Amino acid sequence: VIRCKSSPVVPTRHSDIDILVIRENTEGEYSSLEHESVPGVVESLKGEISSGKYELNFMLFTLFSVITRAKSLKIARFAFEIAKHADRKKVTAVHKANIMKLSDGLFIECCREIAAEYPDIKFDTMIVDNTCMQLVNRPTQFDVMVMPNLYGNIVSNVCAGLVGGSGFVAGSNYGDHFAVFEQGTRNTGLGIAGRNIANPSGILFAAANMLKYLGLDQHCSAIKNAVLNTIQEHKIKTPDIGGTSTTTQFVECVLNEIIKLTPSIGFNYEMQKATHAFRFKDID
Amino acid sequence: MQSILKLNSRRVLSSILPSCRSITTNLDTPWRTAYGGKYTVTLIHGDGVGPELMQHVKAAIRCVRAPVEFEDIPLSSNEASDEVFERAITAVKRNGIAIKGNIASQNTTNSLNVLLRTRLDLFANVIRCKSSPVVPTRHSDIDILVIRENTEGEYSSLEHESVPGVVESLKVITRAKSLKIARFAFEIAKHADRKKVTAVHKANIMKLSDGLFIECCREIAAEYPDIKFDTMIVDNTCMQLVNRPTQFDVMVMPNLYGNIVSNVCAGLVGGSGFVAGSNYGDHFAVFEQGTRNTGLGIAGKNIANPSGILFAAANMLKYLGLDQHCSTIKNAVLNTIQEHKIKTPDIGGTATTTQFIECVLNEIIKLTPSIGFNYEMQKATHAFRFKDID
Repeated sequence: VIRCKSSPVVPTRHSDIDILVIRENTEGEYSSLEHESVPGVVESLKGEISSGKYELNFMLFTLFSVITRAKSLKIARFAFEIAKHADRKKVTAVHKANIMKLSDGLFIECCREIAAEYPDIKFDTMIVDNTCMQLVNRPTQFDVMVMPNLYGNIVSNVCAGLVGGSGFVAGSNYGDHFAVFEQGTRNTGLGIAGRNIANPSGILFAAANMLKYLGLDQHCSAIKNAVLNTIQEHKIKTPDIGGTSTTTQFVECVLNEIIKLTPSIGFNYEMQKATHAFRFKDID
Repeated sequence: MQSILKLNSRRVLSSILPSCRSITTNLDTPWRTAYGGKYTVTLIHGDGVGPELMQHVKAAIRCVRAPVEFEDIPLSSNEASDEVFERAITAVKRNGIAIKGNIASQNTTNSLNVLLRTRLDLFANVIRCKSSPVVPTRHSDIDILVIRENTEGEYSSLEHESVPGVVESLKVITRAKSLKIARFAFEIAKHADRKKVTAVHKANIMKLSDGLFIECCREIAAEYPDIKFDTMIVDNTCMQLVNRPTQFDVMVMPNLYGNIVSNVCAGLVGGSGFVAGSNYGDHFAVFEQGTRNTGLGIAGKNIANPSGILFAAANMLKYLGLDQHCSTIKNAVLNTIQEHKIKTPDIGGTATTTQFIECVLNEIIKLTPSIGFNYEMQKATHAFRFKDID
């Protein structure tokens, strides 16, 4: 789950973006089922591939993209539950079913089944290429988006770019029993490692999401407000959003802000119980 | 028919192609036969706004007095029988050129667009996204050439349901086609004086398939030392496209990423009404709107933006060698938007398609003097026939 919300502190070309991108995380094109066909297999495929003009097929690699009904139903159910609890109005399923009729067709069918149980949430589908174009032209039309793995990768990166870049978006990975929080765009940043110029906002937001998942709402909002104040009031920006400060300066300022926001006496250290039944509510 | 591969000293691909393709032709003779001085172009109508736009294209080409005749094939999702499809294929093979509208995909059959492209082996799809001052966009100075492999990859249409509830779809990447598209991309970059080629991939996840693609691109890149080559993962590419699109010059990629990236680039320069796409094969070329929309929602309402298909028609004329006709059409469309401020609703105006086309035709008449227009067929003078078209 990646929440892309444009914030006034970061100047972007579009404002008023608030998109929740829900991406299936475990199957699809990331099934890691690749193989190099041996000549016997190539022969059997040649009859099907209409471009069978090659007599010599030295290297032919095929990738299996697996879509299952069970997981598609599960991710669709998750998306609609999040939309319902966050009072979102519309869920858009992103697919390429005009080409991959069976796989993405199955995904869309599962989404439609689940959508029938939520009559007050609008559901529509959009092909992934049109989606990307609309995201660039008019991103405000999107609310919640649900999609298989590869399109999710691409669309979440486009949305992250729209709201300010990979430094600003936090991603959450949820399972039935576990949750893992990370930066939304999953970059390693090998090029900027050790140079003290990375933007820590993304991972700080992820940490704040983690605290909220645990039920520690006040701690979460303290961290988020501290980061936003640092950028907005103190104008301390790392190079990727156009500033000149280092990571350590940024984090120092964030820590000072946190101290300002939390009085040293009387802060409620008690663990807050998870009061709401739906445990993914309002986290992202 | 001459193949661009023959221009290179390395005959690496000629061993793979069937021998009937390796017939070299004389560079001086025009490679497109014009019967009675007129070229014949196949028009495949398609669905949605396709048929009405084809009428406008015919009107524009007749107005610019290009030596072109049309062969209409009413192929659409309603008339998708095998014989109409075979007629379309034969017509394109006979004429060599086509302008195509998009055919909506039925739910039960294979996509006709994909079938057309694979049967004709249109291995390269080229989309030029250039931001123009007449259309206000958030980024200016974008000039990206997107080259997309057109016949394999995720569009191989090989899907099966192995067990109930589990569907597998195959993505096929071959060495031959990856080399071919990489060669095509670098040749276009060289002839258009472009500085950088970026290969877009997802080889961190799909190590074998996209890894093969990248390897082929690197091999070809080694032969072009003055063109910079780098690779970028597709998710980072999309984010950079949204943040700083001016860093990209030529991009080459497999089929699915090409679809997405070309749509993102089209959105950046003004939307699907403005971008023309060209599909090139060794023997044929098919021109269409860059983003391949059918426009079913706006069909018949007379509000479609015809600029995209008009640019595609202009590209077709340039491919035939009719440079003057091409620039006349392009300038007429740009003048219509810029000087006369006639804009269709998708770029923020209120004009209908017919008003737009009327103005375009008037502009064409203004730009081409009635006496002394040079009707002579222009010979294909340059050896690289994909030069400067997009």
